[in-house]
Parts: sequence; C-alpha cells; structure tokens
Amino acid sequence: MAASIKSVEANALTVIRGGRVLFRDLSFRVEAGKALCVEGANGVGKTSLLRMLGGFLDPASGTIRIGDAEDAEERGKLVGWLGHHDAVKAQMSVRETLSFFARLYRGDGDVEAAMDAVGLTRLADLPGQYLSAGQKKRVALARLKLCGRPLWLMDEPLASLDAAGKTIAADLITAYCARGGIAVVATHELLGIACERLVL
Amino acid sequence: MSALLLRDIRLATRAGGSAMLALAFFAAVATLVPLGVGADLKLLARIAAGVLWVAAVLASLLALDRLFQADFEDGSLDVIALAPQALETTAFAKTAAHWLTTGLPLTILSPLLAVLFGLPENATAALFVSLLVGTPAVSAIGAVGAGLTLSIRRGGLILPLIVLPLLSPAVIFGAGAVLAVLDGLSNGALLLLAAFSFFACVLSPFATAAALRLNLGS
Repeated sequence: MAASIKSVEANALTVIRGGRVLFRDLSFRVEAGKALCVEGANGVGKTSLLRMLGGFLDPASGTIRIGDAEDAEERGKLVGWLGHHDAVKAQMSVRETLSFFARLYRGDGDVEAAMDAVGLTRLADLPGQYLSAGQKKRVALARLKLCGRPLWLMDEPLASLDAAGKTIAADLITAYCARGGIAVVATHELLGIACERLVL
Repeated sequence: MSALLLRDIRLATRAGGSAMLALAFFAAVATLVPLGVGADLKLLARIAAGVLWVAAVLASLLALDRLFQADFEDGSLDVIALAPQALETTAFAKTAAHWLTTGLPLTILSPLLAVLFGLPENATAALFVSLLVGTPAVSAIGAVGAGLTLSIRRGGLILPLIVLPLLSPAVIFGAGAVLAVLDGLSNGALLLLAAFSFFACVLSPFATAAALRLNLGS
C-alpha cells in the first residue's frame, strides 16, 4: 500500500435517491486493519453508500472522512474500487488489463504476482471476451491488489465466484486488513472473514 | 495519462474498434458523391471541401458515442475516475486518443480522396491543413457531447444533435479555407479555424470532466 489511513468515518449520513430516503442519520467508524460488512435487502442503499464513500455521490446531509480527507475528490484518491462491473475489456488480455491499471494508478505492484494470487496465471494472455463472469471478478480482485490504495470499497465481491474464488477473495481481504488496510464490503453472502457488520 | 492514451489507441485499432469504421465511412461518402454529381470537374472541385469536411465530421461522430460509454458500461470509468490523475487529464487523454485514431487518419487520407473531386494541388494542400488544424476541434467538442449524453438511453442519437451545431464554425472555416485558395483570396478562414480549434481543445477537458462528474454521480 502506498499510504495508510487511520480510519473511515461517516457521521449522520442521509441519502435521498429518486426522491426516496434510503437511510437517515447513519454513522459508523472503521479503524485501520478492519473490514466492515454492509448488509441489507435489495435497494436499501448499499451501493449508494459505497459510491458516497468513494466520492461519486454527495449525501443529502452528513459528513464522510477517510483518513484526513473530507473532500469528495481527495477521498476518491484513497480508494480502490470494485463495483458491480469488473472493468474488463473484451479486446484486452488479462495481463494487458492489469498492466494498464497498474500504470494508471502508478502502483508498484507486480502484475504477475497479482495474477498468481487470484489464480489467473494460465489465463494471462486470454482476451477478456473469453473470460467467465467469475474469472472477470478475479481480474477485478487482482486489480485491487495492484492499485495500492489504503481503502477498498467492494460491491458484491463474491458474486459469480466459485468456492475456490470465494476463498481467494476472503484471503485477499484478510491479508489486506492485516497489512493495515480497510475494506468496506457490501454483500448478501457470508464473507468468511472476521469483520464488523453494518445492517442498513 | 500515457497509459490511458495508449490503451484507447490500442482498443480503437483492434478488431471491433472504431478507427477503421470511421475511415471506411469517410472513404465511402467521398467516393459516392462524385458518382452522384457526375463528371463536372469544376463543380466537383467547388463542392469538394464542403463534402469532405462534412464527411470527416460525420465519420468522427461514429466513434464518439462510445468514447466514454464503453468504459461507463463495463465499470472502467469508475476505476479510471479514481486514478491519481485529474478527471480533466483523463478527458484530455481520451479525446487525444480519439483524434489520433479518427481525425488524423482522415486527414492523411484526404489528399487521396481529393483526387476524386479533381481538386488542384494547392487546394488539396489547403484541405489537408484545414483538416489537420480543424479535426482536433471535432474531437474536443464531440467529447463534451459524449460526456453529457453518457447516461442517457440512446445517447448516441442525441449526441449529433448537440455536437453538430457547435461544429458548424469548423465546417464553415475549414471549407472556406479551401475555397479561398481556389478563388485566389487571402486565407483568413484558416486562421479563424485555428483559433476555434485552439479554444475548443483548451476548454473541452474542463467541460468534459464536469459532464463526466455529473454522470458518475447519477
């Protein structure tokens, strides 16, 4: 990780989407080295919460602090993002995709090691169009490893993964938190790691 | 910035990319018009600049609606937006990649197509220079439109309606620069085109980034 942060803190967050209040006065704090699992039914605002933490969305009221950063753009520069879509191009191979993001994020991570960590070494030269949904998710996990950010925001990271993939994802999050990273994970599934829970 | 520029150039030039599509469209239009107009070389030479400029603008538009849309749909734009560089730099890099894979190849191809219109050598040179100077404005203004229509359903259809009126100065000055050479007049149109293109390129990254922020937060 390029830099570490002490905590992620949200105070009295209220989110209104399409005229509907998703949640009101939501507060939480996650310390360095911890994972927070955000749970809740469909449409309660898990993805909106992650997008707010990442600086994409503004809350109707309340504040967010990631380390010392309160400004949305500054917060975004501390975030490693894994969204619903895996950012894999059909025309680019696994190695090209990961090398591109490693250069873009000026990360010092090892692309080969990242592919090895998620079990994609033998598919390194395969274009994205031939990858299954689970394999694309593994590429996204490898990308997170390479971006060198102190906070991971993960939206359904276990979706499409097989049992081995879920273990890999859980191990990656555990190892990341052990190095002082913070993971905020929105999920419907049991992560299989020690984490704090936030139910929306 | 170079990582994004190189990736977009690679994607545009690979199978299924937009670079060849734009070139093929430009060549097809430029070939069909002389066939339709007939063998009146004087008339063809007079309309050449206008036809080739309009064809170049429309060919560029073919690739514009996917400029940010593809990254938006597959989640890349979220990840790119959080990268260390400013969103303005991202917008500039993607716009530059668009020009390098559409505007520049169209410009290079234009002298060949000018032969079909019987354009004299000096006017062909003026056409080449006007496209070289003016097509960056097409990419720059088109990028703003692509950013604005990002999350609109069938935004590709709305994009030309937003962009084409804004590009009319480029077409007027671009074609005017060639006509000035044909008529033996001084070429103020080329200077106006250069000024228009310069301001479009300078302002576009800021407007495009603002449009992207709006859509990423929607």
